[in-house]
Amino acid sequence: MTKLNEMTIAGARDLLAKGEITSVALTEACLSAIDGAGALNAFVHKTPEIAMQQAEAADARPAEERASLNGIPLGVKDLFCTKGVPSQAASRILEGFKPEYESTVTSKLWGAGAVMLGKLNMDEFAMGSSNETSVYGDAVNPWRDGDSNLTPGGSSGGSASAVAADLCLGATGTDTGGSIRQPAALTGTVGLKPTYGRCSRWGIVAFASSLDQAGPMTKDVRDAAILLRAMAGHDPLDSTSIESAVPDFEAALTGDIKGKTIGLPKEYRVDGMPAEIDALWAQGREMLQDAGAKVVDVSLPHTKYALPTYYVIAPAEASSNLARYDGVRFGRRAGLNQGDGITDMYEKTRAEGFGDEVKRRIMVGTYVLSAGFYDAYYNRARKVRTLIKRDFDEVFAGGVDAILTPTTPSAAFPLGSMADADPVQMYLNDVFTVTVNLAGLPGISVPAGQDAKGLPLGLQLIGRPFEEGDLLNLAYALEDRAGFVAKPPRWW
Amino acid sequence: MSIDIDQAAHVAKLARIRVEKDDLPALAEEFNTILGFIEQLQEVDVEGVEPMTSVTPQRLRRREDVVTDGGQQDKVLSNAPDAREGFFAVPKVVE
Repeated sequence: MTKLNEMTIAGARDLLAKGEITSVALTEACLSAIDGAGALNAFVHKTPEIAMQQAEAADARPAEERASLNGIPLGVKDLFCTKGVPSQAASRILEGFKPEYESTVTSKLWGAGAVMLGKLNMDEFAMGSSNETSVYGDAVNPWRDGDSNLTPGGSSGGSASAVAADLCLGATGTDTGGSIRQPAALTGTVGLKPTYGRCSRWGIVAFASSLDQAGPMTKDVRDAAILLRAMAGHDPLDSTSIESAVPDFEAALTGDIKGKTIGLPKEYRVDGMPAEIDALWAQGREMLQDAGAKVVDVSLPHTKYALPTYYVIAPAEASSNLARYDGVRFGRRAGLNQGDGITDMYEKTRAEGFGDEVKRRIMVGTYVLSAGFYDAYYNRARKVRTLIKRDFDEVFAGGVDAILTPTTPSAAFPLGSMADADPVQMYLNDVFTVTVNLAGLPGISVPAGQDAKGLPLGLQLIGRPFEEGDLLNLAYALEDRAGFVAKPPRWW
Repeated sequence: MSIDIDQAAHVAKLARIRVEKDDLPALAEEFNTILGFIEQLQEVDVEGVEPMTSVTPQRLRRREDVVTDGGQQDKVLSNAPDAREGFFAVPKVVE
């Protein structure tokens, strides 16, 4: 029998309902897996007391009071504020910060009966694609290339690593430019970025507010559907959260995709794309055709401008959002010298509290918003963003139900291998995912194959806004045809 | 568009991030790499295109202008690096 921590959410839910397992046993299995996985550095704040309390409460709950995630142990990205539990966004500047409140998404999860195992590693303020900018140190991919440690991707690297290594049944992530989908692809797991507005952003540390969206990271597509339903919903505390009912996404998983039209955008065939990625993409096309979908070529002409647009808009919003870290209200304040004034306090606190990548983005954002450059950079980027969204609108208006692309331009790369590269090289990791955030669309990464070294590769499906049910069903069919079942051999 | 050391220092000042003098040349170089990448946007024809203000069609809702929260001074101050007598404490601001 599968070990308890290796189960899917759906599998555990069904056995819990039958009374064949308890949440306490399930939670203990996860906690012991976490304790044995220090080498992955995925969980950075463990909460075993809270977990056991929630598990006992879940087991004691009468059947009629059990909600969708009753007794299911989950991990939470460090970007979510969790009451009384360190919530640091993997930054030194939030050292010691324990929120007095709970984010909307996590309170929905606990309200649905889920169990919190702890907080998960990530890139600092979700800025990064390799989980190497974290104040906690690198999170490590359970998949390995020989003896060398690989990145789990970023920014939700800890979440991806924990799910892939069976330290939890599922995890929350957030995605601003690919931070759920890219790590999912690099770890052989499923990651869904919902439509902008589907999940409340309240209580999630803000990076770029017009792009940020929380979503599930899970072992399979069904679990993504279950977890998304529990996370989603209107919240008056987030004025951008959409006022529409949350459908039963799991009920949409029929596997029947006959008559659906899938678009393949020619602009995603980028220069220097490895043959393996190209081959995987072609296989994905065949898999969906085999499942009964019609595949057509489509064009998204402004694709090549998505990354530069993103690297104006995201830093601009970040420079504004991160202005709140000033050493006054929360987190860390730098040691001051006699006679230092308030500006010295701000400057020293921010210099020692933020890591290099975060400082770089704040300053780029400050620059593109500054007098004289606002129109040339920021306003222009917002216009190009309109064009990027229009490309998608036109393709969907032409009868396409979803778009198929690779998730990443490569498999997981060794930790440290990008240390000498310029920042733009790292940004290229998000070339296939960032368009989705700019257009506010839902996107999902499904593990679909392995490279020559046996490392997982993912395919991305991009759906119509607020049609996550349809998108998940397409992903479900793709998952079925791909039949990805490989697990990383345990070395940690 | 290229950024020199003085401009890099100015941006750091605007962002309220202290950057040591020795680190400014490397910072300016990084800015230039990133700005060089962003520069591609200049070639896009954006004539007549509206800058995006919201990615979803929804208009921002207005709420009633009423007090909905408050009376939580202890909680507000609980994470402050320096809180005294019910206030946030900072270095002297006025002479």
